[in-house]
Amino acid sequence: MTPDQIIFLLCAALIVSSALMVVTTRNLVHAALWLVAALFGVAILYGLLQAGFLALVQVVVYIGAIAILFIFAVMLTRREKRDKGPQINQNWMISALLAFLTFGGLTYILSSWDGFSKTANALPTGVDTLMVLGKALVSPDAYVLPFEVASILLLAALVGAVFIASSSKE
Amino acid sequence: MTFWNDPINLIAGWLRDVFMGWGMTAGLANVITSLIGIIVMILFAMLIAIALVWVERKVVARFQDRLGPNRIGPFGIFQPFADIVKLIIKEDITPAGADKVVFNMAPVISLASVILIWAIVPLASKIYGVDINVGVLYLVAVGSFGTLSVIMAGWASNNKYALIGAFRMVATMISYEIPMVVALMIPTIIAGTMSVKGITEAQSNLWFVILSPLGLLLFMISAIAELGRSPFDLNEAESEIVAGFHIEYSGMKFGLFYAGELLHAFTFGGFMAVLFFGGYGGFFGLEKLSAFTWLSNPFIELVVFLVKALIGYWIIMWVKYSMPRIRIDHMLTFNWKFLTPLAFVLLMMTALFDKLLAPTQFYVVGMFLSNVVLAWIVIEILRRYSKRERVEHEKNAEPVIQVAHH
Amino acid sequence: MQNEWLYIGLFLVIGVIVPIVPLIASHFLAPHKPNPVKQSTYECGIETVGESWVQFKSQYYIFALVFLVFDVETVFLFPWALAMGNLPLFAVVEGIIFILILLAGLTFTWRKGLLEWA
Repeated sequence: MTPDQIIFLLCAALIVSSALMVVTTRNLVHAALWLVAALFGVAILYGLLQAGFLALVQVVVYIGAIAILFIFAVMLTRREKRDKGPQINQNWMISALLAFLTFGGLTYILSSWDGFSKTANALPTGVDTLMVLGKALVSPDAYVLPFEVASILLLAALVGAVFIASSSKE
Repeated sequence: MTFWNDPINLIAGWLRDVFMGWGMTAGLANVITSLIGIIVMILFAMLIAIALVWVERKVVARFQDRLGPNRIGPFGIFQPFADIVKLIIKEDITPAGADKVVFNMAPVISLASVILIWAIVPLASKIYGVDINVGVLYLVAVGSFGTLSVIMAGWASNNKYALIGAFRMVATMISYEIPMVVALMIPTIIAGTMSVKGITEAQSNLWFVILSPLGLLLFMISAIAELGRSPFDLNEAESEIVAGFHIEYSGMKFGLFYAGELLHAFTFGGFMAVLFFGGYGGFFGLEKLSAFTWLSNPFIELVVFLVKALIGYWIIMWVKYSMPRIRIDHMLTFNWKFLTPLAFVLLMMTALFDKLLAPTQFYVVGMFLSNVVLAWIVIEILRRYSKRERVEHEKNAEPVIQVAHH
Repeated sequence: MQNEWLYIGLFLVIGVIVPIVPLIASHFLAPHKPNPVKQSTYECGIETVGESWVQFKSQYYIFALVFLVFDVETVFLFPWALAMGNLPLFAVVEGIIFILILLAGLTFTWRKGLLEWA
């Protein structure tokens, strides 16, 4: 096993176990912190794939903004520190069945995939991927329209937030 | 390559040969050599942090017209070691009701996030950890971990003051991240690369502070706010909430927070030097003259970098010990109503002028003048706004009761 | 190293271990005599009043939300800033349009009074 594979397996174990802890822990702020661990695991995966920019964007946006937003939201709702309700609701049998079917379907699809035995293509060397990304974002024949639409999307999010916040203030 | 010209690569190569001579594979030898390099770099950073304790206390003492530590060793140089010993042997009190795991993790994450920055700090042209091509964004990313550690510390302390301090500190840190990111984008635009080494190399003929003084100002203000130092230190407003989010931390845990804050300030001083003052180089093309080739020696570059970083750190300390604290609502409105629009206007202007003027010979003059004009416009707007506010305020003020003269 | 991020991963591991070393030293060298008075919550020397989870001012959440939008925006702007040197003027104008749209959003938020007080 190459070191890359070992790191990948450790990282995957981290992500899955953190995600499990997010949904099972009773303490709300702990759940937010386990989410941070899961997001950091994803950032490590990006780093493993040598997508440095994406790894850092993952940390800056997800951990630095969204996780902080989650923690603020948890503290804004003046609830008990520990959730005291039951952790399993009455639909648990149907959801377990659906999860099992999804798992079976995914395993079946993956078993016929040959990616497990192939090694990935080597990344092209001498190509500055970040420069290519930057050029693609603003070239008229690449992604400039989604780039501008993304700004309109962010504007829409901002307007929505303003309306929710001002209606709750009145 | 002699030792004088390329020390790190020489030592690394020798170590790798030694390890492979012991029978390890090339990959493992590489990893262990890197590990040794990492430990050396981190020890260097921690040594600087220890020295900074002394620097900070002496400088604050001189600002306040007193002597500072002068008992332990000549000029009190060994004061930091006494501080470390004191902090280690102090009892570590965990308050009742505190969340033990999060409480203990917070100072570790805080210091670890500062140490992580030292992986990319370019100490000299051949002495640095690693040169990633997204160095500038890396600086912002490790700031997010600092923010996380603050909120973890504040929440886990089970203390009202800690929580209030943590909220304010996190609100400040995230708000001022936007002008800081924009201020980091300005050297990126001018240099055409995001790697800190590339930005330093691009300044070998001209410092970026001449091309964009407003960018330096923006970076300095937002860096001081990110650090949580005065005048933005509402999290540890001694007279209000007594040490804020690290109120319940005693002993070495507090020491970790404190050392982290000092090292973070020094690192930001270093980045001010790297981004705007030429970093380890920036000799205006002097090192190409035959009489001055010794200027591109790694050790000289290291000294140059440390001197520039210390000057940057001194400016940060100067601001801290000269200015009063700003109220939290003023802090946040200053950011969102003034700094952020200014930052984006500056970014647009820099981008436009960089594109238009790059091929011509008016580049330097044009960029500098555009900054000056923008600053002048901003000051005019502020002046009109404050005059309007003052007139309105005076209209509504109560008339002063005249005392009759006898 | 082929992958520079592996180096940073190693740096992270050691960077987490280094602060733990003085903590461990402190664990062995410092006295450990807990008693209820020492462990009570600090409130300037008096007993704490009320629960120690204060009501959080909702304005903080609004600032965090506005910050999130602008954080994503700056992330989009980074590749643009990087590649701008090699692109024609049109690319700069596109980026400026992007920034102007979001500055309009900031002005809207400002006028609606959402940036008042913190």
